[in-house]
Amino acid sequence: MTSTPTESAASAGRSNEQLQTLVAEVLAEAKRQGASSAEASVSVSQGLSVSVRLGEVETVEHNRDKGLAVTLFFGHKSGSASTSDLSPTAVRESVRAAATIARYTAADEFSGLADPDQLAREIPDLDLYYPWNPGMERAIELARACEDAARSADARISNSEGGSLSSHEGLQVYGNSHGFLGSVETSRHSVSCAVIGQDDAGMQRDYWYTVARDPTDLEAVEAVGRMAAMRTIRRLDARKLSTRTTPVIYEAPVAASLLSHFVGAIRGTSLYRRASFLLDHLGKPVFAPQVRIHEQPFLRKALGSTPFDNDGVAPANRDIVRDGILQGYVLDTYAARKLGMRSTGNAGGVHNLTIQPGDQDLAGLLRQMHTGLLVTELIGFGVNSVTGDYSRGAAGFWVENGVIQYPVEEITIAGNLQDMFRSLVAVGNDVDMRGNIRTGSILIESMTLAGS
Amino acid sequence: MTNALDTARQTLLAPSGLDESGLERLLGQILTHQVDYADLYFQYSRHESWSLEEGQVKSGSYNVEQGVGVRAVSGEKTGFAYSDEILLPALTDAAVAARAIAQRGTNASVPTGWRSGTGLKLYAPLDPLASLEDAAKVTLLEQVEAEARRADPRVIQVMASLSGVQEVILVARSDGVLAADIRPLVRLNVTVIVEAQGRRETGSHGGGGRVSYQHFLENGLAQQYAREAVRQALVNLDAGEAPAGPMKVVLGPGWPGILLHEAIGHGLEGDFNRKGTSAFSGRVGEQVAARGVTVVDDGTLANRRGSLNVDDEGTPTQKTVLIEDGILKGYMQDTLNARLMGVAPTGNGRRESYSHLPLPRMTNTYMFPGQQDPREIIASVDRGLYAVNFGGGQVDITSGKFVFSASEAYLIENGKVTRPVKGATLIGNGPDVLTRVSMVGNDLALDSGVGTCGKDGQSVPVGVGQPTLLIDELTVGGTQKQ
Repeated sequence: MTSTPTESAASAGRSNEQLQTLVAEVLAEAKRQGASSAEASVSVSQGLSVSVRLGEVETVEHNRDKGLAVTLFFGHKSGSASTSDLSPTAVRESVRAAATIARYTAADEFSGLADPDQLAREIPDLDLYYPWNPGMERAIELARACEDAARSADARISNSEGGSLSSHEGLQVYGNSHGFLGSVETSRHSVSCAVIGQDDAGMQRDYWYTVARDPTDLEAVEAVGRMAAMRTIRRLDARKLSTRTTPVIYEAPVAASLLSHFVGAIRGTSLYRRASFLLDHLGKPVFAPQVRIHEQPFLRKALGSTPFDNDGVAPANRDIVRDGILQGYVLDTYAARKLGMRSTGNAGGVHNLTIQPGDQDLAGLLRQMHTGLLVTELIGFGVNSVTGDYSRGAAGFWVENGVIQYPVEEITIAGNLQDMFRSLVAVGNDVDMRGNIRTGSILIESMTLAGS
Repeated sequence: MTNALDTARQTLLAPSGLDESGLERLLGQILTHQVDYADLYFQYSRHESWSLEEGQVKSGSYNVEQGVGVRAVSGEKTGFAYSDEILLPALTDAAVAARAIAQRGTNASVPTGWRSGTGLKLYAPLDPLASLEDAAKVTLLEQVEAEARRADPRVIQVMASLSGVQEVILVARSDGVLAADIRPLVRLNVTVIVEAQGRRETGSHGGGGRVSYQHFLENGLAQQYAREAVRQALVNLDAGEAPAGPMKVVLGPGWPGILLHEAIGHGLEGDFNRKGTSAFSGRVGEQVAARGVTVVDDGTLANRRGSLNVDDEGTPTQKTVLIEDGILKGYMQDTLNARLMGVAPTGNGRRESYSHLPLPRMTNTYMFPGQQDPREIIASVDRGLYAVNFGGGQVDITSGKFVFSASEAYLIENGKVTRPVKGATLIGNGPDVLTRVSMVGNDLALDSGVGTCGKDGQSVPVGVGQPTLLIDELTVGGTQKQ
């Protein structure tokens, strides 16, 4: 077996120049078919994913994807189409399909391309592209080393779902008939491990992973494996708790979910549909007074960085919450117009949303909580985004005197997100940098825990 | 089936001049390595969606996806590559990449002559996208919105969407099986927001299946979805705090069958059980439910969203008994896990698309009806929760803990349904929750055709169903301590 020679994403079929040409051709075709304006996005990506289970190779997947998405506007009427086939015939057919749809959709005065003055003028290099292509043999070796470290960490690790490595890179080009044309090359590499521990009380599973744009920024694979084992073993012999009211700490990896519910509530679409529990809260307190939440779209190498959003609009460094008060919404071009506002450069989502960490680590937060629940896993989807009512399955640890006492499972935690945000007591400095939302562990003053 | 195969050949192979002998040669190239099994999965799908908000259909989209996935299996190892170009050079590249999982050297023989898979005929090989004029699709959504607005003045927002897919697939396997399927799928969804006295709530309903858009026009079904979404939202406007803690729970018929999907379905998928990572591993023959409880996974129901004529590995679907009279009978299998466990595949090998590997997945999972009148079941409960509609659910396969979240629920007090309570998550332990089923209703219903199941990042359409059930104890995750 030989490893494939390194190839840039672009050469997965097309170069940056070729994709830019294709976008220009799509826009020209849209014009020929009578569109008054149009936008198109083309992407190509390639990669490798391997998994090793109990020391043996389980899967080797070679990924290679491409796609075109196009939207045509005829005045204020629009239609969209997409295809995975980039042949000239398929491209023409997609443009035609979008044009056909636009004949039947209603005119919407708010639809259309972004305002020209909001389009990104410069496309800064954010250092997001580190193609790796370790080759199959090396990828297998690393995944195996990761799983080995987990399996040898503790005798109670009885089984495994495996260690895995994935390495991907891609190129995306967006252009519109205002003359905007931008491209971004990105890479993303990850190593993960999930293992199963067993004792007389039964089995538990947990996992850990590392992810980065640059493979040299990945955690050591052995450390990932050991962390997966530690997290699994500490869950063994979990108990149920009786129903009670209690303070709750969301461990950093699950705390990001709280902020994603917040983002969902201040998204333009939720607001103009009146489908949010944070309607009309601009300039009003939504979090406890010490809370600052900001967006940093241009952080070098970061997973949520981007030079322009899906509408071609330049995002900005900004505070979304300062002193607990809501400073701005998360808007794309369309929703912004519906609300009589300006796009915030968030078509496609937020960019490195960060809640300002406090000065305590997790151990410090546990001491501050004194007695309560540390949540390390959440399951289910029990969040009502219109009312903020929140009820999810949880697993974690019961804490007394600031010290973890025993693992707990088969419980739910419930409250209302508005109350939870307002009673956010502290954010830890144990910031999890692996996602687009960066947060430390979060201590919430009080929630209802349902159990036995 | 012959029809499906001819159509699949025309759609998937003919444009690039491929034929069966070409597929044989490709599989032959893979089999120059020590692989036990290989397959090629060709797919062409067309998808459209139309969506309405604020009374207007403002957007629509059309998507074409095509490609071929090439898989080589050697023992427990799988090599996989795919191409979105159905062209011989791209297929050859994918075959070379996939076979690299195994050492050079033959141990399987190239198919000599194809056996056409004898699939079922559960749905018509129709094209839903062409089953209604585009203008009529727009009109249908406008009617849905009008009906929701008409149903109650407190409705302040209506969002509705209509989508249709036609998928043509062809599977060519190294054991000589050649199978094809033409799969229509439509769906209509309505979500409303209601507001009164400063309080807002939401309700959703929808349905669909492997049918044409005409389905929604028959008997005013689309309008019925609209009224149902409004009804649910209005119930929730009046809902009080949900209880917190263990209590008796009565689950309504139909969609609450998501209980079965989460609590036992996933845990009975072949991969987890081969690997011994499921809380149900090694428990065939044991009692895992109360006597009288029988649960099946059935991919053979006509026109249902979760049904398939053949699965994505070319195996005809079947009705697989999971639990019979309380006893665990068996698992759901794809070819890989069936072979490794020494059992027969059950037609549960499914994949999201050509660019994903097949996994053992559910189709339509439901519980057989019992004897009880549902009214008697409610009347038997002094104090408990009556949950009739649900959002999503999730399960931890290994610990067996599962959740599903009620979106419409009521308190039962002294044998009567009294007042609505807010949505709450219910949590339990899969291997023992069904042992606490003490009454089974005679009112088996299947869901209306909205289920989508996620596993390993792959989504596939599924169905669920059950009669009214009484579970003697389940933890309800509300905010009101008892």
